[in-house]
Amino acid sequence: MRILSLAGRRLAASIPTLVLILIGVFLLLQFAPGDTVDAMMAQMGGGDAATAKELRKFYGLDLSIPAQLGNYLWRLVRLDLGFSSIYGKPVASVILERLPPTILLMTASLSFAFFFGLVFGVIAARGVNRWPDTLISTLGLVFYATPSFWFGLMAIVVFSVYLQWLPPGGFEDIGTMRTGIWRVFDIASHLVLPTLTLGLIFLAIYLRIMRASMLEVLNLDYVRTARAKGLDETRVVTRHVLRNALLPMVTLIGLQAGTMLGGSVVVESVFSLPGLGRLAYESVVQRDLNTLLGIVFVSALLVISVNFVVDLIYARLDPRITAEA
Amino acid sequence: MDLTRLEINRRTALLTSAAIAANVINPMRAFAQETPRKGGVFNVHYAAEQRQLNPSIQASTGVYIIGGKIQENLVDLDANGQPVGVLAESWEGTPDGKTVTFKLRQGVTWHDGKPFTSADVEFTAMNMWKKILNYGSTLQLFLTAVETPDAHTAIFKYERPMPLNLLLRALPDLGYVSAKHLYENGDIRQNPTNLAPVGTGPFKFVKYERGQYIIADRNENYWRPNAPYLDRIVWKVITDRAAASAQMEAGELHYAPFSSLTLSDLARLGKDKRFIVSTKGNEGNARTNTLEFNFRRKELSDIRVRRAIAHAINVPFFIENFLGDFAKLGTGPIPSTSTDFYPGPNTPQYAYDKAKAIALLNEAGFKPGTGGTRFSLKLLPAPWGEDISLWSTFIQQSLGEIGIPVDIVRNDGGGFLKQVYDEHAFDIATGWHQYRNDPAVSTTVWYRSGQPKGAPWTNQWGWEDKNVDKTIDDAATEVDPAKRKALYAQFVKEVNTELPVWMPIEQIFLTTITAKARNHSNTPRWGSASWHDLWLSA
Repeated sequence: MRILSLAGRRLAASIPTLVLILIGVFLLLQFAPGDTVDAMMAQMGGGDAATAKELRKFYGLDLSIPAQLGNYLWRLVRLDLGFSSIYGKPVASVILERLPPTILLMTASLSFAFFFGLVFGVIAARGVNRWPDTLISTLGLVFYATPSFWFGLMAIVVFSVYLQWLPPGGFEDIGTMRTGIWRVFDIASHLVLPTLTLGLIFLAIYLRIMRASMLEVLNLDYVRTARAKGLDETRVVTRHVLRNALLPMVTLIGLQAGTMLGGSVVVESVFSLPGLGRLAYESVVQRDLNTLLGIVFVSALLVISVNFVVDLIYARLDPRITAEA
Repeated sequence: MDLTRLEINRRTALLTSAAIAANVINPMRAFAQETPRKGGVFNVHYAAEQRQLNPSIQASTGVYIIGGKIQENLVDLDANGQPVGVLAESWEGTPDGKTVTFKLRQGVTWHDGKPFTSADVEFTAMNMWKKILNYGSTLQLFLTAVETPDAHTAIFKYERPMPLNLLLRALPDLGYVSAKHLYENGDIRQNPTNLAPVGTGPFKFVKYERGQYIIADRNENYWRPNAPYLDRIVWKVITDRAAASAQMEAGELHYAPFSSLTLSDLARLGKDKRFIVSTKGNEGNARTNTLEFNFRRKELSDIRVRRAIAHAINVPFFIENFLGDFAKLGTGPIPSTSTDFYPGPNTPQYAYDKAKAIALLNEAGFKPGTGGTRFSLKLLPAPWGEDISLWSTFIQQSLGEIGIPVDIVRNDGGGFLKQVYDEHAFDIATGWHQYRNDPAVSTTVWYRSGQPKGAPWTNQWGWEDKNVDKTIDDAATEVDPAKRKALYAQFVKEVNTELPVWMPIEQIFLTTITAKARNHSNTPRWGSASWHDLWLSA
């Protein structure tokens, strides 16, 4: 019950933020030159003025900007995200189609980055200033400094073109439509490279945070106490240090869920995945206002819920923090 | 055909690698004796998804590359670029140019089993080509009715003379037929058939997963005997150009049309024996790079300034160093690939001559001021391709040398069109002029005055010339082909003299295709063609 009321309060608190974000994006897009009809003309390679006028009417662009905004907000109140001009169907169903690849990719790369960030962070902290630390820190820096599109392309060149181990792109194999467990394996094999590409940068961040926070906690008094009572080092680390060192990592997950949605645009383009990031990019280029606002709305919801989960994990990791506070 | 040879000579001269040349010349000859093989899946790179797939309501290569295999046109172009019947078997025009009669092919059925008749042609012409289709609405402006005395005759009635030659050159692109029974009710633009097209073509639409792929399978009831050869075509949506090259190399793609890869990857894959990189099959999709002047800037309304700018830019140097064998020097709005209309190179041209450029500017009264600056200009490059980006930087540097600093303002597609063709918020702009086989279809709108504000790729320069207007109007209704050609030669002469838009570079799209493909690139608009004879060797 406590959790439910907390969730309710959190949601209520984020509604004003959400409305402000939506109005902001709407107005920002009004400042961009050209509308969805101009974008369509650009794509078609020509068209006469009469057609353009008719199309503007068709997309409801002949109304004034306040009227368009008013219409949009009124639809949103009724939980109607509107109609996508590039896809010719309701925005809600367009987004629903694109959500699974993005969520899969996000979860996979977050887990990958979190797990290996944790492991390498601990190893580095244990051997601080010795060769494992130097090696891990240097590698982390390299991953962090490399642009993800380059990583992606190099991964394709090595693993798909030369070694031919993994598919170079796409979400699943179109040639042989698989079903059941084979489809799961097929999709998984398509997601290996994108997950690594997206995850490596975050891995570098997690690794450094984990290392720093481990070093800090290792010097605290209670750790000395634990050692003094004769526990071996592994037990000290796993039972006592890890739990407290994890707090900053968990905070980071909440903060980075949003960043990851943004970062996936590049990875989704390089690996031709039909995800939300690419959809957002397309809707900006095509000036498809409804779709873009819909994506902002859904992403905001996603980030809010991730942060909610993070709060719950906090309470679990450190009993001094209650979910109430 | 001369063109292909010319292309090869330049290639061999420019690139020391003989491999490319061998690739381009050999495939047709070497495999001529092979027997066509049935079956196989052909994977095509689809770079930019469109909003719909029906070529009867949208004229663009992004639609033809898919819709052109599913739906068919009345007329297409043959290997020599001459009109050849597809859904129309024969045609005849009256001497006054106001009536064109098409005899339609019999025994053709739509993919859903209904027969194809003249009613479909009438419906498509009056409701799609005339009202919705871009370029079509201009072409068919004076179409008053399509009469259908029987199921296999369609008589097009025009208010003003329609040159038969113009109609036949335009119809390959602007003459795709849709099924009346699927479109007669409701709004045509919103019809779900637009995303699941039904046609008479060699391939039947199967599935479209937005953002991923489109699949079409062999049409077993196709009207051409023994066609098509392929079992299936899959179009894969890949927005990243470098990723598309990697997929080509990994064997996941067979064909990347319309220069959809980066210039460097095209050069690299051209040396790879597994692929053929060539301009062949794209002669019908020629384009020119433009430099568009805004006459609202008083400096640019002075013809000496426009000529000075043209003289200041070393086009051959730019082509040789940046575009290599992918482009050649252009001579005006009608490209040399257009054998029916190309007036030859003897029209006014502006060779690189920096001294002359400076002299012209001084003569016009624009002397260098503080820091050697005469006046500055805002340049808007279109975002369509790498070449435009390179070209705009080259313009900037060249003009900087004669005391005209240039500020480059980049936009995405919608923004570019809005700012240049609607708001006129530019001094000079550069993009592509896509030539569609007849100047009346694609080219004269760039020069004819009276274009409505906001119409992209039209005369929005604030420039008007009564003589040019008259030449354009005369040519559009001239029924005699020889006289029309002469009128367009005069048109090129006039606009090259006045220079409201300068078109100094000619390009043809590049095809990248697997060396296993046979019967490919065998017509001037092959990327858009139906691929009924395409097959893959084992």
